[in-house]
Amino acid sequence: MGPKPIGLKILDILSIVLLLIATWMVFFYAPTEAVMGNVQRVFYFHVSTAWIGMLSFLVAAVAGIAYLVSKKTSWDIVEVSAVEIGIVFSLIAVASGSIWARPIWNTWWTWDPRLTTVTIMILIYAAYLLLRAGIDDPGRRARFGAVYAILGFLSVPLTFFSARLYRTIHPVVIGTNQPGATGAFDMTSDMRMVFFFSLFVFTLFFADLLWHRIRMGHLQERVEELKLQASEGTD
Amino acid sequence: MKSPSAELPAKKLAMRRPNPVGEFWRAMWAIVWKDMAAELRSRELLSAMLVFALTVILIFNFALDLDAKTRSTVTSGVLWVTFAFAGTLGLNRSMAMEKDRGCMDGLLLAPVDRAAIYFGKTIGNLIFMLIVEAIVLPVYSILYNTNLFNPGLILIILLGSIGYVAVGTLLAAMAVQTRTRDVLLPILLFPIAIPVFIAAVKGSTGFLQGIPMDEIMPWINLLVVYDIIFTAVAFMTFDFVVEE
Repeated sequence: MGPKPIGLKILDILSIVLLLIATWMVFFYAPTEAVMGNVQRVFYFHVSTAWIGMLSFLVAAVAGIAYLVSKKTSWDIVEVSAVEIGIVFSLIAVASGSIWARPIWNTWWTWDPRLTTVTIMILIYAAYLLLRAGIDDPGRRARFGAVYAILGFLSVPLTFFSARLYRTIHPVVIGTNQPGATGAFDMTSDMRMVFFFSLFVFTLFFADLLWHRIRMGHLQERVEELKLQASEGTD
Repeated sequence: MKSPSAELPAKKLAMRRPNPVGEFWRAMWAIVWKDMAAELRSRELLSAMLVFALTVILIFNFALDLDAKTRSTVTSGVLWVTFAFAGTLGLNRSMAMEKDRGCMDGLLLAPVDRAAIYFGKTIGNLIFMLIVEAIVLPVYSILYNTNLFNPGLILIILLGSIGYVAVGTLLAAMAVQTRTRDVLLPILLFPIAIPVFIAAVKGSTGFLQGIPMDEIMPWINLLVVYDIIFTAVAFMTFDFVVEE
């Protein structure tokens, strides 16, 4: 593995600059929402982080399938990298959602389908990391991880659907709202622009993080190999 | 005119290449039979699951103060938590048994389809779980003086158990091959089996409280969909879990 590739450097700088611009836009460009006021500004990054959470777990499941088909270690590294990033972003989405929910729903937490699903999703992928931590053999660790990443991702829509059969108060900003949703609003064109820009920036940021984490995974593997060689040399 | 010699090669060919579907069924039932026979002799799995299930119900009695008023709304929840816990115990034990005594290696060496091993173990576990449920239900009915003999409830219990055991058998095969083994299975299984619990609890409550059928149907559909998806995926991935 050579020095940091030029593409990654460009992506680094792009992510930093665009994240700063997005932050500026959220606070100064986007109009203040009429009913909820400034707290609504959390919406832009809240949805973006939640989206990255889902995207990472999708990437992990796809990498899992690719690993089982090809048995290439690099797919295993993609999978575990995506899961780690996904957990972090899902936690950020939950935290930012709580900050929004406190003034609007008058509670930090409610058992709404989306909230329930994201909690169970975090639990699934925490279990995924525990499963991997309990296996020493790298081949077995990769196989079990792949199987569990696929199973976990398949259960997420079913969990969401089953929790949705209960009534919900979570607003659906894009698409039709269910009656009884609290905190819903219509986006103005300025809001929509900031929103889609945030989504785009976070997706770019996700690609950047994933690339870094994959590189780290490969380096880890290299260290293991060198350790093995060193121990063989001393024997 | 038919000569006996013309029939002979065809017969020989049939003997050399047996019907693959028949082979599959034979291998699968052999594994189920093996589990049943071992259980009949030792009775360690069923007795542990049963005592555990009854203990859980007793704990719920004090924890939830199960009186006549609260009973009708929490019955299905208590039942499903009991089944889930007892089921984990059985799943862990049935796979650990294979692993500890080196039986799994023997099974894998046998010239049979790996899927037959998966379905054999799954059916075995399902039978154990259904036996436990068949004993817990009447005991619960007597202890709390409620009638749980409802064909709808039995359908929900069957569908829920299939989904739970289908994914549980696969995950148990994974869990026993890790360092943390017994601790890991519930952590792996419960979050993935959440749709089963939600649907089964709501469906059971629906039948016990006599809610109209069209409100229970979505839950039954959900259970059927879960059973199909997870049986199919577990069947496809089982190979990767047991290969060395």
